Amino acid sequence: MLTLQFVPYDEIEDLNSDQRIRKLLRMVKDEKIVLMQGRLKPEEETNLIETTMGGINRTFKGIEMCTIYPEEKGIEILGKLRKGMAQFLVGHREGITIIGPANIIKEIRRDPNKIQLLTTIPSPRKRKSVKSKSVKKVKRRK
Amino acid sequence: MIKIIKNFIKRILNQLFKKRGHIKLGIYGPPNSGKTTLANRICKDWLGEEMGAVSKIPHETREVQVKEKITIKFKNKELSFKLIDTPGITTRIDYEDFLKYKISEKKAKERAKEATRGIIEAIKWLEDMDCVIVVLDATENPYSQVNITIIGNLAARKIPVLIVANKIDLKKAKIKKVEAAFPQYDVVGVSAEYGNNMEEFYESLYRLVK
Repeated sequence: MLTLQFVPYDEIEDLNSDQRIRKLLRMVKDEKIVLMQGRLKPEEETNLIETTMGGINRTFKGIEMCTIYPEEKGIEILGKLRKGMAQFLVGHREGITIIGPANIIKEIRRDPNKIQLLTTIPSPRKRKSVKSKSVKKVKRRK
Repeated sequence: MIKIIKNFIKRILNQLFKKRGHIKLGIYGPPNSGKTTLANRICKDWLGEEMGAVSKIPHETREVQVKEKITIKFKNKELSFKLIDTPGITTRIDYEDFLKYKISEKKAKERAKEATRGIIEAIKWLEDMDCVIVVLDATENPYSQVNITIIGNLAARKIPVLIVANKIDLKKAKIKKVEAAFPQYDVVGVSAEYGNNMEEFYESLYRLVK
């Protein structure tokens, strides 16, 4: 079963960077895919990678992560200033961050306009055998 | 009074000159994008020797490698820097991925362990860099979170960045896609392996460090 855990920004707002990272990683290590409102600061993202690498072992293979946020293309200087001010006051609430365990999320394909989560297929061999069975049935019908 | 001003100017010029000679130029990027191949190309062009081993197996570079001083002389310009080649940054490492390359399980596990340590080391070096070349594989999708995280981090630290779209000798290479993904950066397409378009690369490098 795949569990998606939503984390509103309010839940991490008062935490410091280390606490945020630890909280998110704890959920990911519980094999949950985290959908977090907003995004981490750039330095928090690299800290997250660093902490992830420090925690890799036989069962934990790392994370897959993706952040989507409104593009700043075409925003005027005044708009950017306003946005910067809002970020300073209320944090990086815009956008959404997806973080999941690498043993479940095989790959996150990201284009500017879409995101594809490729998860691991539980039993590819069974699928193959199902396919070959159905082919045989068709042959018999003929 | 004039003497004091003269000394002051001299000191500033000396500091500038000293700083120039010790510019730390880092090479960052995801695994297998050709960072060490590019570092080798730069070293071969200007020192006549290679910097590190390259391989098709990801995470061949698992330790930060430093070439103390490289001086490039290009179109009447001279540039000296310390070149730092870093292990490829990724968010996941699974030793089983290395088994595909027909290495033993023991070696694969060792490689995975060293690779995680290398990534931590590469991230730690980030704050020491004066300028960074981000090497991306032009045949791969540039919109990966690792690329965005590395470049976003460098931007937050106000470290000048040059993006190199490597492997342009391959048919699948799409420089325009890399340019579209990072429109605010200078992107130069090269083939580090065959030395294609290195002149443009050195010009961009000079602009970056200037």
